[in-house]
Amino acid sequence: MEYCAPGTLADVCAALGAASGTVKVFAGGTDLLPRFVAGVNPPGLLIDIKHVPEAREIRRLADGGFVIGSACSGAQISAHAELVRSWPGLAEAMDLIGSVQIQSRATLGGNLCNASPAADSVPALIASRARCRIAGSDGERELPVEDIIVSPGRTCLRQHEFVVSFFLPARNPRSADAYLRMTPRTEMDIAIASAAVNLTLDQQGVVNECYVVLGAVGPVPVYALPAARILLGTRLDEEVRQRFRRQISALCRPISDKRGSAEYRTDVAAVLADRAALTAYNRASS
Amino acid sequence: MTTNIHASVNGEPCQFQCETTDTLLKVLRENLRMTGTKQGCGTGDCGACSVIMNGELVCACLVLAVECGQADIRTVEGLASAGQLHPLQQAFLDNAALQCGICTPGLLMAAKALLDKHPQPNETQVRYWIAGNLCRCTGYDKIVRAIMGCVS
Repeated sequence: MEYCAPGTLADVCAALGAASGTVKVFAGGTDLLPRFVAGVNPPGLLIDIKHVPEAREIRRLADGGFVIGSACSGAQISAHAELVRSWPGLAEAMDLIGSVQIQSRATLGGNLCNASPAADSVPALIASRARCRIAGSDGERELPVEDIIVSPGRTCLRQHEFVVSFFLPARNPRSADAYLRMTPRTEMDIAIASAAVNLTLDQQGVVNECYVVLGAVGPVPVYALPAARILLGTRLDEEVRQRFRRQISALCRPISDKRGSAEYRTDVAAVLADRAALTAYNRASS
Repeated sequence: MTTNIHASVNGEPCQFQCETTDTLLKVLRENLRMTGTKQGCGTGDCGACSVIMNGELVCACLVLAVECGQADIRTVEGLASAGQLHPLQQAFLDNAALQCGICTPGLLMAAKALLDKHPQPNETQVRYWIAGNLCRCTGYDKIVRAIMGCVS
């Protein structure tokens, strides 16, 4: 295995373009390293993107939007007070991943590109309407986060492409997000169901924009559009929330495994989405 | 592919040769013969190999040695100075916070990283902070007591 750590975006793209064998883009390595350090198929070339400034920065734009580099660690995101204030749901999703040791290394871009159905930050990213800046040897393109994961462990990225950064849109007043997950253990575990809700209220406290995304209840994150529509034009009254919970469960297509049955995941996803919606609503109102 | 790396380990300049697939843990234990850092799971789940790299607590099994050029690495061997145990080491002894000892170097480094960053954590913060360090002997209470005893 060859290793390189380019210092610029252009050099990463050049290395991707020149690679002939298998190539892996590497940042935190918390998912990647255990796979090949054991001697199982290390890639021909490992490209470390941690020295690329665009992949490491968190930048607030003049209009209130944010750019987050794909190689930003969980610890780096949690420490950014402005970002946490604007996107508390995304911050809590990233913060739930692993231990302190993992938070030092695991990155937002890695969590997406690992393409696990249970990735914590991905539902929150999709609910935030985040877009990916993708670069490669053939130039750049931009895609919404929901287009990236195509099946468990697979993304739509081409062989010579990588995610440079995420763009989060500017926040309207009275907007907030929230993320909740359920794990069999309290800490150091993987979600058996999760829900991200991002919403905006009008001056009367009525929801006028809403995005709901579920994790770990399907092969890819579930963009719960019909459920989000139920919350639009409401103040999340009990009757609305009952219909919302039913709709959430109807959208779930989970697997059963030793960590949770499909029935349990379906039930708990509804509870999580309901509570995340309430939390986001209360955050947006205050 | 063999690479030559210059880093700093426990404040001392350090040079080693490694393969690109070698982890920091392997280099510490096998090249530098610093066996204080323990190997547990090798997949970042148990925390036995915790070291502090550039001020951040990491699992040495999840860091490639080739990434460590110019890095500042702190291991359990650097805790005691001039024949004096570090207060955390003394507190672990005083509280009998170890039995088999495999998790102890990792827990000491985790506790050091915590107190470096948050000098006055409460018990809940201590318990969350060490969630990535597994101990199968003590039941954690004595470890938590030892760390709380070092809170300034």
